[in-house]
Amino acid sequence: MTTSTKSTVTRTDGIGASPRRPDGTAKVRGEFAYSSDLWHEDMLWGATLRSPHPYARITGIDIARALALPGVYAVLTHADVPGVNRYGLEHADQPVLAEDVVRYRGEPVVVVAADHPETARRALERVEVGYEVLDPVTDAESAVAGQGAELHPGGNVVRHVPIRRGDPDAAAEVVVTGRYEVGMQDQAFLGPESGLAVPAEDGGVDLYVATQWLHVDQRQIVAALDLPEDKVRLTLGGVGGAFGGREDLSIQVHACLLALHTGRPVKMVYNREESFYGHVHRHPAVLYYEHGADRDGTLRYVRARIYLDGGAYASSTGAVVGNAATLGVGPYDVPNVSVDCWGAYTNNPPCGAMRGFGAVQAAFAYESQMDRLAAACGLDPVEVRIRNAMAQGTVMPTGQVVDSPAPVEELLRRVRAKPLPPEPSGEPDLRTLPGGVSNTTHGEGVVRGVGYAVGIKNICFSEGFDDYATVRVRLQVVGGEPAATVHTAACEVGQGLVTVLQQIVRSELGVERVTVEPSDTTIGSAGSTSASRQTYVTGGAVREACLRIRDALGALSPAELGDKVLDETVEWRHRPTEELHPETGQGNAHVQYGFAAHRAVVDVDTELGLVKVVALDCAQDVGKAINPQAVLGQIQGGSAQGLGLAVMEEIKTEGGVIRNPSFTDYLIPTVLDMPPMSIDVLELADPHAPYGLRGVGEPPTISSTPAVVAAIRAATGRALTRVPVRPEHITGT
Amino acid sequence: MDFLRPTTLDEALAAKAERPGAVPIAGGTDVMVELNFDHRRPEALLDLTGVGELAEWSRSSGSDGEIRLGAGVPYTRVITELGGRLPGLAMASRTVGSPQIRNRGTVGGNLGSASPAGDTHPVLLVTGARVEVASVRGTRLIPATEFYTGVKRNALAPDELVTAVHLPEATGPQQFAKVGTRNAMVIAVCSFALALDPDRAAARAAIGSAAPTPRRAVAAERFLAEELPWGTPGPLRDSLKRRFGELVAEATEPIDDVRGTAAYRRHALAVLARRTLTWAWNDQQERSPSCA
Ligand SMILES: Cc1cc2nc3c(=O)[nH]c(=O)nc-3n(C[C@H](O)[C@H](O)[C@H](O)COP(=O)(O)OP(=O)(O)OC[C@H]3O[C@@H](n4cnc5c(N)ncnc54)[C@H](O)[C@@H]3O)c2cc1C
Repeated sequence: MTTSTKSTVTRTDGIGASPRRPDGTAKVRGEFAYSSDLWHEDMLWGATLRSPHPYARITGIDIARALALPGVYAVLTHADVPGVNRYGLEHADQPVLAEDVVRYRGEPVVVVAADHPETARRALERVEVGYEVLDPVTDAESAVAGQGAELHPGGNVVRHVPIRRGDPDAAAEVVVTGRYEVGMQDQAFLGPESGLAVPAEDGGVDLYVATQWLHVDQRQIVAALDLPEDKVRLTLGGVGGAFGGREDLSIQVHACLLALHTGRPVKMVYNREESFYGHVHRHPAVLYYEHGADRDGTLRYVRARIYLDGGAYASSTGAVVGNAATLGVGPYDVPNVSVDCWGAYTNNPPCGAMRGFGAVQAAFAYESQMDRLAAACGLDPVEVRIRNAMAQGTVMPTGQVVDSPAPVEELLRRVRAKPLPPEPSGEPDLRTLPGGVSNTTHGEGVVRGVGYAVGIKNICFSEGFDDYATVRVRLQVVGGEPAATVHTAACEVGQGLVTVLQQIVRSELGVERVTVEPSDTTIGSAGSTSASRQTYVTGGAVREACLRIRDALGALSPAELGDKVLDETVEWRHRPTEELHPETGQGNAHVQYGFAAHRAVVDVDTELGLVKVVALDCAQDVGKAINPQAVLGQIQGGSAQGLGLAVMEEIKTEGGVIRNPSFTDYLIPTVLDMPPMSIDVLELADPHAPYGLRGVGEPPTISSTPAVVAAIRAATGRALTRVPVRPEHITGT
Repeated sequence: MDFLRPTTLDEALAAKAERPGAVPIAGGTDVMVELNFDHRRPEALLDLTGVGELAEWSRSSGSDGEIRLGAGVPYTRVITELGGRLPGLAMASRTVGSPQIRNRGTVGGNLGSASPAGDTHPVLLVTGARVEVASVRGTRLIPATEFYTGVKRNALAPDELVTAVHLPEATGPQQFAKVGTRNAMVIAVCSFALALDPDRAAARAAIGSAAPTPRRAVAAERFLAEELPWGTPGPLRDSLKRRFGELVAEATEPIDDVRGTAAYRRHALAVLARRTLTWAWNDQQERSPSCA
C-alpha cells in the first residue's frame, strides 16, 4: 500500500498521527461489550411478531393464548402504545406496532416479554393474527405513476425533487442514453440490533442501545411513550457497525414499552434473519439518463429521471432523493441540467440510509454514461472525464458555487498514473483467479479489463437542516498530571471517532491523558453518525471547546492548573445551508463536497461470468487526515462495500418478500474478493471546515462500484446496466 | 433439549436406537446454523465428537488400496493427510467454506445433510465410494449412487449413523470444480466432479446443485468410455470436449433459485465439464508418457 499523506505532526498521539484506538485491543481480543452483551439481574427477553405478508389488512389480533403461557410477562399490541403510534426520521408514518394494515413483510405487529428467549418465541407462536391479504405494490416506477393501491394518505410519492439549470431544450452533436438499475444493498453490519431497557423509579426508562443518533431516537421514543424528554434517557451500547442501517428505530420503543409495562429490565436482540427485516436497506433504483455532448466530449446537457424504491415507510427517503437529484450529474461541469428524482412508497422492505445515500445509485448511472460517451466520441474514459471535470468555482446544477478544492481531475490523473498490476504469468495460483480455490479455471476464458470512475458526495446534513454538535470538555490536574475528559452524545459505531476526539484534545490542549466518556443523552445532541459528518461537526465542536479552554488557561500550562477545573460546553454548527427551490431545485443546499476516484482492474472468466477484482486503487481528497490510518481504513472499507454492490451484494425480493435473509445467500466480499489497495490521500484544505478536513467515509463507496463494472465491461464487451452484475449477465445465459 | 455425549460407537448406536429423534452433531457447521435460524428444534442432540472411532481413517490391507475414512474426520485432515490418495475429495474439501469451517466440518456431516449443494457428493459419486452406516442392528455399505434419495434426504434409517466412507485410492486423474458468486466461502451454484480410470478405460462424471440430488451424468460417462482415445497421445479434440459438456448439461435438472438460474447452471456445467476433462486428460498424458 502506498500513501502520500502530507501533514505536520506535532505530537505522536495528536492530529495527523495514528495513535491506537482506545477500544481497539478489546475488540481484537473479543472482549469488547457490544449491545448484544448487555445484561441485567432479573431481566426479561423481548421478542417481536412480524407480518408474514407484504401487504394485508389486520382483521383481528388474539393474544390470550400467548398471555396464558407461564413465564410470559407482557404481550403488547398497538393498543398498548401510550403516545403517538407513529415514528419516522423525516415523517412520522411508521407504526410502532401495526394497527389495521401491515405494509411490508416483517412489520412488527406484537411484542412480548418473557423470562427466557425461548418462552418469548413460544408466546409469539401463540398469538393469532387474522390477515386479509392485499395486492402488494412492488414496482417504484408504477407506484410513482399512481398505479396500485395508495399505501399512505396523499399517495405513493414520498418526495419528488426536480433540478433545472440552463436550457431545458439544449441539443448536442453526440447523444448517449441508458437505463440503469441498482439492486437493494444491505449494510450487513455484523452486530445485530440489540439493547436493554431498564425501568426507573421516576416512572421513566433508561435505554442502552446500539444506534447512530441518540437524540433522534429519544425524540421518537418520547412521542410514542408519551413521556417528557427527561424520562427517557439513552446511553450508547457497543455498536457492531452501522453504515446507515441504525439511523431508524428498531428495538428502541419496543424494549422501553415492555420495560415500562412489566417494571422489569427488558433485553432485545435480533438474530441474523430478523436483522434483515429489522433495518432499512439501500434504495433500489431505476435510472434513465441522456447525455448530450460536443464531438470532443464536452458535455452540453444531462437529463435524467431517477426512481428510488423507498419501500413501505418514508424513513430518510426524502433526503436520499435530495442527494440523488442534486448529485445526479456527478462531479462534472454541465451547463444544462434537467433531473427529476422520485422516492416511492411500495410494499417492498423499507429503504433508507446507507453509506453513499443516494449518491451511490446516481453514480452507477452517470459513470456508466460517461463511459458510453467516451466510446461514442472515440475518447479515452479518463480523458472524457477530465474534459468535463468540475473544479473549485464550478457551478453545480443547483446553482451552488463550489467554494473549496474539488480536485476531480487530479484524482483521475493519480489513479491512472498508478502502475498496473502485472499480467498473470507462469503457473497461476488458484486464489488469484476468478472462482478462487473453487478450481473453475486455470486461465481458460480469463480476460482482463480496466475501468475508471469518480464520484461526488455531500458531507454533513443538507437542505437547511440545523446541523450541530454539543460537547463538553473539562481540563484538570489528576494525580499530578493534567487530564482532559470529553463528553458528547456522538455515536462511535466502529469508525474511530473516539480516537479522533482524543487526538484533537491532545493537540489543542497539549495533554496526553484524554478520556472520552460514554455517549448519552445527559448532554445535548451531537447529531447523527452519518453523512461523513462526525469528525467535521463533533470534531469541530471539540476543537471549539478546547480553544475556549486555552483562552481560559491564558499563560498557564495545563499542569499548572492546581485545583482549578476548566469546563466548557459548546454547541457548534457548520455554516448554514438552504432548502432547494421546489420547482427548480436551486439553492446552496450542501455544506461541503467530497470526491474519490477509483481504477479497477479485473480478471473475468468470460465463459463462466466469474470476476476477480485484481486491483482497486483509489485517490481521495480528505482535506486533512486527522488520523491517516483511520482514513485508509475508511477508504478500504468503503471501496469493499462498493465492490460488493458491483458483483455480489443484493437483497433479492419477490412480491415484496426477501428471498435471501441470511449471510448464506446475502454475500459480502471476503479477503479473496477484495484486493490490497494502493491509495493516494490528498490533503487540500477546505477553508470553511475545521482543520480544513473533508468527510471521508462515503466517497470511496460511490466510485468503487462503477469502476469495477466499467472494468468488467472492458473485459467482456457486455453493456452491464444493472448492479450487482451476476454471472449470467456476463455469459448471456 | 438433551445433549447426549457417547464416548464409543456402541454407546452412540445404542443412544440412536433408543432415541431415533436425536439429531447427530459432528462439526455442527450445518446443525448449529439450523438451530440458530430456528429451522430445527430437536428433542436431543447426539454429540459424536467424543467417539474416537469416527475420527480415524485407515487403508485396507488388500492390494486394491481402499481408504476407510471415518465420518468424523474434518476436511482439514482430508486435505493434509489424504490429498495424495484421494485427490478429488481433497479438491472438494478445499472449496468448503473457510478455514474455520474446514476445521470442524466433516464428510459424515455432508452426507447427513445430503444437500444437493454439498461439495463432497459429486466426488463420492465419481470415485465409486460406499457409505458405511451402522445401527445396533448391524452395519451395511450403501453405494454413493444409492445414498441420495431426495432433496436433503438420504438412505439412513432413523436408528442409523454414518460411520465411514470407503473410497478406492485414485488410479487416475480426478477433478472437482464448483461455481459460486464469491471467490471463497460460497455455496455451490453448481459443481462438477470427474474421475478417469485409465486401467478400465472408463470415466465417471457427476454434478452437484443442478438436480434434486447429486447425480452422475451417465450418458456423458458412456460417451467418454467410447470416445476417449486412451492409447493416443496428445490433446483431446474440441468437438469431443464440447459433446461431453453437452451431455453433462443434459444430465441436469436445475431450477431457478436465489443463487442462479437453471439456464446458467446448465451452461456453467458444460463449461466445467470441458475444462475439467481437459485438465484430467493432460494430467493423464503426463502420467503415462509410455503411451506414446
Ligand atoms: C459458513 C459455512 C460455509 C459452508 N460452506 C460449505 C461449502 O462450501 N460446501 C459444503 O458442502 N458445505 C458447506 N457448509 C455446510 C457444512 O459445513 C457441511 O455440510 C459439512 O460437511 C457439515 O459437516 P459437520 O460435521 O459440521 O456436520 P453437522 O452440522 O454436525 O451435521 C450435519 C448433518 O449431518 C448429520 N450427521 C452428522 N454426522 C452424522 C453421522 N455420523 N451420521 C448420521 N448423521 C450425521 C447431522 O445430524 C446433521 O443433519 C458450510 C457451512 C457454513 C456454516
